Amino acid sequence: MKINTLLTSAALALGLATVAVAQDRTKVGFIYVGPIGDGGWTYEHDKARLAVEEHFGDRVETVYQESVPEGADAERAISQMALQGADLIFTTSFGFMEPTLAVAERFPDVKFEHATGYRTAPNVSTYSARFYEGRAVQGHIAGRMTESNVIGYIASYPIPEVIRGINAAFLHARKANPEVEFRIIWAYTWFDPAKEADAATALIEQGADVILQHTDSTAPQAAAERAGGVITFGQASDMAEYAPMPRVSSIIDNWAPYYIDRTQAVMDGTWESQQIWHGITEGMVEIGEITDAVPADVRDEAQALEASMAEGDYHPFTGPIARQDGSAWLAEGEVADDATLLGMDFYVEGISGQIPN
Amino acid sequence: MDLSSINPALLLASLMVAATPILLAALGELVVERAGVLNLGVEGMMITGAICGFAMAVNSGSPLVGFMAAAGGGALLALLFALLTQIALANQVASGLALTLFGLGLSALLGQGYVGIKPPPTPRLDIPVLGDIPFLGRVLFSHDPVVYFGLGLTGLIWWMLKYSHAGMVLRAVGENHHAAHALGYKVVRIRVLAILFGGACAGLGGAYLSLVRVPQWTEGMTSGAGWIALALVVFASWKAGRVLLGAWLFGGVAVLQLNLQAAGIAIPVEYLSMSPYLITILVLVTMSADKSRAPASLGRIFHATQ
Repeated sequence: MKINTLLTSAALALGLATVAVAQDRTKVGFIYVGPIGDGGWTYEHDKARLAVEEHFGDRVETVYQESVPEGADAERAISQMALQGADLIFTTSFGFMEPTLAVAERFPDVKFEHATGYRTAPNVSTYSARFYEGRAVQGHIAGRMTESNVIGYIASYPIPEVIRGINAAFLHARKANPEVEFRIIWAYTWFDPAKEADAATALIEQGADVILQHTDSTAPQAAAERAGGVITFGQASDMAEYAPMPRVSSIIDNWAPYYIDRTQAVMDGTWESQQIWHGITEGMVEIGEITDAVPADVRDEAQALEASMAEGDYHPFTGPIARQDGSAWLAEGEVADDATLLGMDFYVEGISGQIPN
Repeated sequence: MDLSSINPALLLASLMVAATPILLAALGELVVERAGVLNLGVEGMMITGAICGFAMAVNSGSPLVGFMAAAGGGALLALLFALLTQIALANQVASGLALTLFGLGLSALLGQGYVGIKPPPTPRLDIPVLGDIPFLGRVLFSHDPVVYFGLGLTGLIWWMLKYSHAGMVLRAVGENHHAAHALGYKVVRIRVLAILFGGACAGLGGAYLSLVRVPQWTEGMTSGAGWIALALVVFASWKAGRVLLGAWLFGGVAVLQLNLQAAGIAIPVEYLSMSPYLITILVLVTMSADKSRAPASLGRIFHATQ
């Protein structure tokens, strides 16, 4: 009997202790669309997760699930994370929007942060980066560097974020070189190295000497390197292993400050639903080192463009800009409003081809 | 629209390259299924082969060593499946799925130090004279050795299954393992060998991705190629020649649709994007309207009771 009582109280004490520890630690979950080793999009999100761990040390516990498909299975993955006791969950791909909202409704006490989406709820925030600012810099370098005047673009899905990127890159490529023409391939995937490599090869075989990508792996970089004489840009991550050629610069997503900030807000109980869209100014979008493969004058121009956006002097979508069908969109000097940009579903004038539905 | 920007010779040459990984993996699975075993772990064996091949090629500087290691790695993983299903008599579907998950995880672990590294180039066989024939030279005679290996293997497997004694025994085991056993054939041994062969082929297919087609190591880089190979075997009604046709169709239409998009052809991208799957299935299903069927013992556990 005595032993039994002793054991019970010990178990009870142990149980209480674990509960106490569990309450102290904030559990932060991450849902990734690709593997953490993709070298691009998911890799950067995971780097930010590690930054959260380093910043808070024992006060947080992070969990993640990688390669979660966008669709029905995402809801299961997010629910499971919420059931495991996560206090804050970051869902890091556009296609997780509906699943995130559905799960959020069932777990009102858990906070959700959905990347690149546009719908919120009392416990769902959205956050995104103004990647199009980086695309403007890429477009400028691309327009100045191309000799064939054919620029290849590997797009993923026809969503506003991707279309915005194409438009921003195109406008600035045309500004730098009126002869420029864009060839766009819709890969219908975020991550499929073989397909991305095939797409890059198809574009190169059709005369493109600059490849821009909005897919997550480094495969197009490898394809461009093999072809030779083609330049590329790192996407979402620096992809510096392909510098100085073919990768001549990059757009880097820096999520760490935001993730730390939001985790802190959950700890303090000050978390509120919001919509955040940060750019170069706030440091969420960074331009990777421009290599020596780019002539000095082009580099200076690109850096000046970056600086003007950082200081808020210049917006990549400043009129006059017409839509693809020739109708006016922005008048001289007019700047695009965020609502139009967030829902962008049209090409600007000069791009050929149609956006898939 | 500017179709003139598509170079047919380059397009057909890319077709051969795009078809090779799924061709190799599907040929391996064809032999496994003909022996009456359903191994759903193709994706896992492919990606394990991809990293084993990549790592060894980088460390040794020789793509040949890489490809051999890939075959070894794939076969080693397949051995695990063979032990589970042939010795421990575990369920084949569950074991195969587990093998895929295990392979994906294992490859991610093995590949941690290999992200961003460039593999040694696999040289093209520039066959003199033949390679200089205008069009055909580029399409047929200037590939790397693995492409020709895949073609040769197709012929060999076709011949073996149809005409050789070994092929007949393999088919007997796949059609009716009790009868084969009664005739004195070692059902388990034959199946284990077939599974190992299937693993080696899948490994080679994976290494072709990481060493030639992409070429780099990225986690999860097969992204479904193994499943396509599996489907191909079924739609090709377990015939080697049709597997080759299916792989060419799938690889060819996949490359063609990307080229058509780049050329700005006025077909909606949605249709282009689904076309590889649609066309491959349509053609192969139409062809299999004859009396072809699955091996009768496919997926059934064999236990020698006598």
